[in-house]
Amino acid sequence: MGVRVLKPGMSTTIQDRGRYGYYSVGIPPSGSLDQFSSFAANLLVGNPDEAAVLECTYLGPQLLFEAPCVVAVTGADLPPLVNRVPRPLWESFEVSEGDVLSFDYLTAGARAYIAFSGGIDVPEVLGSRSTYTLGSMGGINGRVLAEGDWIALGPVDGSRVGRAVPEALRPTHPYQREIRVMMGLFDHRLTATGRETFLGTDWRLTPVADRTGFRYQGAELEFKDRTPPFGAGSDPSNIVDAPYPIGSIQVPSGIEPIVLHRDAVSGGGYCMVATVIGADMDDVGQSPPNITTRFVEVDLETALQARRDREARFARLREELA
Amino acid sequence: MTGTASARYSFGGDDHVFVELDGEMSLTANFKAMAITQALEERRLDGVIDICPANASYQIRFDPLVLPPTDLVELLKQIESDVGDATDIQLDTSIVEVPVLYNDPWTHETLMRFRTHHQTPDSTDLEYAAEINGYTSVDSFVEAHSGSPWFTSMVGFVAGLPFLFQMVPRERQLQVPKYPRPRTDTPKQAIGYGGCFTAIYSVRGAGGYQLFGITPAPIYDPTQQHPDFEDFMVFFKPGTIAKLEPIDRAAYDRIVEQVEARAFRFKQRPVRFSLGEFLNDPDAYNAGLLEVLRGS
Repeated sequence: MGVRVLKPGMSTTIQDRGRYGYYSVGIPPSGSLDQFSSFAANLLVGNPDEAAVLECTYLGPQLLFEAPCVVAVTGADLPPLVNRVPRPLWESFEVSEGDVLSFDYLTAGARAYIAFSGGIDVPEVLGSRSTYTLGSMGGINGRVLAEGDWIALGPVDGSRVGRAVPEALRPTHPYQREIRVMMGLFDHRLTATGRETFLGTDWRLTPVADRTGFRYQGAELEFKDRTPPFGAGSDPSNIVDAPYPIGSIQVPSGIEPIVLHRDAVSGGGYCMVATVIGADMDDVGQSPPNITTRFVEVDLETALQARRDREARFARLREELA
Repeated sequence: MTGTASARYSFGGDDHVFVELDGEMSLTANFKAMAITQALEERRLDGVIDICPANASYQIRFDPLVLPPTDLVELLKQIESDVGDATDIQLDTSIVEVPVLYNDPWTHETLMRFRTHHQTPDSTDLEYAAEINGYTSVDSFVEAHSGSPWFTSMVGFVAGLPFLFQMVPRERQLQVPKYPRPRTDTPKQAIGYGGCFTAIYSVRGAGGYQLFGITPAPIYDPTQQHPDFEDFMVFFKPGTIAKLEPIDRAAYDRIVEQVEARAFRFKQRPVRFSLGEFLNDPDAYNAGLLEVLRGS
């Protein structure tokens, strides 16, 4: 049982909930950048939470089914077609042997998730099937999908068609986003003006936006003068190489803030001034180039409440689709 | 070499605690980071996801709905005070010989390709590093770079990349700025230098460190086909001590053959490292370490 890749799409990888416990040796969590959408896709086809899905970036793949299967597509507005006939997003549907799944053009968001009943059957590496391309690990030979790849699917257990995620639980993909952050880490290196600029600018996402990091443009941040500490380096934005939190925002040389995502470089020598709160990381993952973003400061209590609200959304969806 | 600053605690979002032990790099700060993170590791606390010791700082990723953030910070402060200055701690680690072909054709090709990203378009990275550190020749600089052992003070950036800190008094440490504009390419297993750290690039990719040479020995093996990687795909661990051994092209080619035959093994010996004893007399202590490596 499985699927043949006729066209791979722009950057399609196998992902799941991620790989934890190895960040200390430079292996980042990886996993779906939009975890809610990937969770929803699995629920729709009756898969367990840990099943692996396809993450498609901007342009979808073309897939030939060599056995019947139940499929769901969630996340970005990347409309699925079966044998060129439109199928709904956020809803499970059946495909037959010989059917071809392809996609229309992306209209909003950045990443769509395809779940197959049975889940994608590739070997786990360090407890996860997620692809980490920089480290050639997970997925199919640690790389993005290529034409001709064979995607093996697991045994099907309890799949069902016609399940749909209620409208109220579907994320929206506005063209202007507010991403909540907690200031901290090395934000004391910014001048008061630098800090105001960071929080007051409408940042535009550049095309340098991938699973490692999202690079924005819009202003230059002012750093305080200093005598560089031993080992840090001479640029005012340099620090002695340190760990980078997932979601942390570094600003090399004061220009172009970079939000690190789930394939993050695990550490380095650029000072981070803020971190995206856990609840808003999916929204970063759904940001396409040219989108406008404001970084909005929140405190720890607000971030924790947002995390609890998000967990409640996961629980509600699970009940709805039970 | 003594750390003077007190630790600075900060949240990285709602699910990371970041602790800067010292704004400056020192082995003392590094040892504290290792000691504190090890003590936390031993508690096997629910809700802790990733524990990352680093050069002069460390970071914990955790689930704040399982482990309340303020409780974690209180615990870390308690552990920090229990650990103290960490100089009396003994570390069971290993010393390993890393063969290095300095001034090799592959990193040379790369650094020439990115000359416009560099401080000095008209010299090589080694010539630049030698000059700003006051060495009259590349050879004498290479001697200084390869003469004393290096301490793995952090592993990361990408999978399995070690940051190596030179085990000599600060006034003898080499310092070289990074490229003003990072390269988009670096050969796998290149030996780089930035700030006060040597890095061995574990995978091909972007990088901003000055390029000095290359090792034929794999240090990251995700498919675990080489003998030294049977247990784990990453070779360097925080605390691994490395001796960089200059080799010529013939020796390089011989090792490449061994690697291709899946027969290469690092020369390495177990060793117990004491920071206090090292700080007392670094040269004598290093001589002892190198004897251990040479020993039968």
